[in-house]
Amino acid sequence: MKIAVLSGKGGTGKTLVSVNLAAASDQSVYVDCDVEEPNGHLFFKPQNLETEMVSIPIPQVDESLCIGCRKCVDFCKFNALAYIGNSLVIFEDICHSCGGCVIVCPQKALSEKTKEIGEVKKGTSDNVMVLSGMMNIGEASGIPIIKKLLKDESLDDSLTVIDCPPGSACTVMESIKDADYCILVAEPSIFGAHNLNLVVELVRLFHKPHGVILNKCLDGINPSEEYCKENGTHVIGSLPYDKELGTMNAIGLVAARESQRYREVFTGLLQAVMKEVGHEATSNT
Amino acid sequence: MKQLLILSGKGGTGKTTVASAFIRLSNAKAYADCDVDAPNLHLVIHHKSPVESTDYYGLPKAEINPDICIQCDQCRIACRFDAISKSSQYIVDPFACEGCGVCELVCPVDAIVLNPAVAGELMLYKNESIFSTAQLKMGSGTSGKLVTEVKRQLKPDSNHADLTIIDGSPGIGCPVIASLSGVDMVLVVAEPTISGISDMERIIKTASTFRVKVAVCINKYDVNMKNTEKIMEYCHKHDISYAGIIPYDPDAVKATNQGLSIADIDCTAGRAVREVFDKTKDLLSEV
Repeated sequence: MKIAVLSGKGGTGKTLVSVNLAAASDQSVYVDCDVEEPNGHLFFKPQNLETEMVSIPIPQVDESLCIGCRKCVDFCKFNALAYIGNSLVIFEDICHSCGGCVIVCPQKALSEKTKEIGEVKKGTSDNVMVLSGMMNIGEASGIPIIKKLLKDESLDDSLTVIDCPPGSACTVMESIKDADYCILVAEPSIFGAHNLNLVVELVRLFHKPHGVILNKCLDGINPSEEYCKENGTHVIGSLPYDKELGTMNAIGLVAARESQRYREVFTGLLQAVMKEVGHEATSNT
Repeated sequence: MKQLLILSGKGGTGKTTVASAFIRLSNAKAYADCDVDAPNLHLVIHHKSPVESTDYYGLPKAEINPDICIQCDQCRIACRFDAISKSSQYIVDPFACEGCGVCELVCPVDAIVLNPAVAGELMLYKNESIFSTAQLKMGSGTSGKLVTEVKRQLKPDSNHADLTIIDGSPGIGCPVIASLSGVDMVLVVAEPTISGISDMERIIKTASTFRVKVAVCINKYDVNMKNTEKIMEYCHKHDISYAGIIPYDPDAVKATNQGLSIADIDCTAGRAVREVFDKTKDLLSEV
């Protein structure tokens, strides 16, 4: 069972919801796919860490074989190659590792080397197996790290909570690709509602069953709640704007582990999600 | 003319809140929203001129003609993005396809073509001031390139502007790197939480990698004073300019929900952001 947590807008509480749902389950796997700014490990503080590097193939040129025909330069859709002066220059940071330049070179002057772009860390925190990806500073794309995370052998049939990056672009699409259900976390502002609208569009495009958790709820108008009502988007539950929760979150405590009240809140939300997933599973068959 | 980019690493720390206030306070003649996959600036900055929209074409998408395809499997093997699969015939997953053209290259019977694909919409508002923004089309991936287009749109008309303000996106990857190009200074909006500090450190390192000057301001500073002190200590230790603090203010959300910036109403956050703006202007003049 894979549940992805996303939001469009940043800072609405993706990590808060993901970490606490994983902690509220008897046994679970938490995967932090926000590889640019991973935060889940700050809460779980996983033990017995194993680290694995993630690398990508990047072209390299054997200058003694290159005849300057520029076929690779013309082929590369990402403009990652240029022939300047009398030599081929490779811009590693914008290369997408498609391998096309190596195929197109008539002189076999290009080959591939590996370039490290980040790492995957795996450890345990009580009942939760914690997987985090971390992209190296200065790298452009964390997609290969997300792919590696989601292919990990520890992702079995037990509950897997996928903490997604903000936004709605390629890294989010990669993170939700294999999810059975998507939780959309929204905050009560017009920014929150506007970006909720975008991710609803995204999960619909991918035919993902989904529901909304309204976070930081205060009395008064909630534009995200109104959006859900108007569009018939299912609301799974809500979390209050609460100082105690905010304080625990600010110092890296897992609320579902620290407070009886929040253990009950997140257990309740988890049950509601599971019911939804079960409902979707039966209605899909 | 100076370009100021507002970033945060972590999402939701208040980039757009600060950017919109700065636009008001400076009466900015040029500004842009580079958070192309979750743009929000237009919700609080209402530009009065009619919008000029243009389609943004990202990289092309491959398409396989089943009438020509001989099912040799070479394209599927060569594709590094797992975008080609076989059911009754070979098909391309348009969401996974990055438009690299390798499949077209290896196909022995020319059954594959690359078709141009609209990946978003560029929007430009222009009268005595200019506002450039965009919306990535859902299901499209190339957000970094679209950010470059947003900035390109701004350029011809922004040269006479004293100050250009750019609202950035969260994270440290391609859209952020694209937004960093050519700016004079980055203002990082930090938040006093354990996540906020970790993410602030990563965005400062990223900006430094690209040799851009960084200043830090702290939003919702009174949510956790210990963490606020940690951020101040970090700035001091790493010789990073410090632009001030903004308190948590429920009126800030109220302003936003009325489509206003915090500089448009009288509130504590609005008064604090004025001081941050003055300090930022001073720092920017030193660049």
